Amino acid sequence: MSRLAPFFGFMLLVALFGFGIWWNTRHDQREVPSPLIGKPAPEFVLPLLDDPARTVSKASMLGKPYLVNVFASWCIACGEEHPVLMAEGRTLGIPVVGYDYKDAPEDAKAWLARHGNPYDMVIADREGRTAIDFGVYGAPESFLIDAKGVIRYKRIGPFTPEVIASELKPAIAALQKEAP
Amino acid sequence: MRMLPRLLLAATLAFAGLAAAQAIDPLPFKDHAQEVRFQKLTAQLRCLVCQNENLADSNADLARDLRHEVFGLMQSGKSDDEIKQYLVDRYSDFVLYDPPVQGNTLLLWFGPLLILLAGAATVAVTVRRRNRGTTPAAVDSKLLDGASNDRGDDW
Repeated sequence: MSRLAPFFGFMLLVALFGFGIWWNTRHDQREVPSPLIGKPAPEFVLPLLDDPARTVSKASMLGKPYLVNVFASWCIACGEEHPVLMAEGRTLGIPVVGYDYKDAPEDAKAWLARHGNPYDMVIADREGRTAIDFGVYGAPESFLIDAKGVIRYKRIGPFTPEVIASELKPAIAALQKEAP
Repeated sequence: MRMLPRLLLAATLAFAGLAAAQAIDPLPFKDHAQEVRFQKLTAQLRCLVCQNENLADSNADLARDLRHEVFGLMQSGKSDDEIKQYLVDRYSDFVLYDPPVQGNTLLLWFGPLLILLAGAATVAVTVRRRNRGTTPAAVDSKLLDGASNDRGDDW
């Protein structure tokens, strides 16, 4: 028995190593879990991309759930996500708000003109100041905010059809079920 | 020709200095003490984009924004702990290089100690067992002298 102890020790290390590999293929190590889920979304007042004189605020959005999708024309992963939003954005049943992050307005407009605009409205955060309140650390990121202004779900990284079907749509369905 | 390596070295050093200088924004600190405090604080905070760098060293765009944010909070009289909490509220404990001691980090903090204790216990047990078995083992090996070499490392 004691002669086999080193072997068992070795097998334990192998198992640990295998578990580490398995775990890392399923989890993105870089993903920072948001502490904001289940908490009220931060207050924000941001201008519309198309009409900077008009602003959208948290208060003005209260009353119905909506999805905020952080994107930028310089963001490559947003380009990958874009066709998915073009195809599925309208099928979600809630408004999709584009959040143009640290972007020159003309770049963003040109980008939307070239690839299509899947958003019901686009708000612009040129300095990225409000994005800090949202805990944004990269694009794309998306927040599902309920009718009371509480963040219910966050997606870090691009939406794929699979993620929309397995995570976003059930989250939206849950919101609509609890609405009177 | 001998000058060339020296010139190259000088040029490299000059550029290195330039790169380092760029990583630090020219922020209007009130005094040197505040600048030291700022450097110390941002060195304890993690850049969310390049996650193995701290806020002080990172050249990432977001790191620059967060440095400005920290600077702004400092100007408005916030303490280091308040500034850290401000960032933790937005970016979770992940922004802290030193994870706080709390329920879900106990294993992280004290796991190495547990492993050390387990190792020490193993050593203690092994040594005691060997000592107890010394005499018979010595006799055995004398009896079997030359017949068997594979005594091996007995655990």
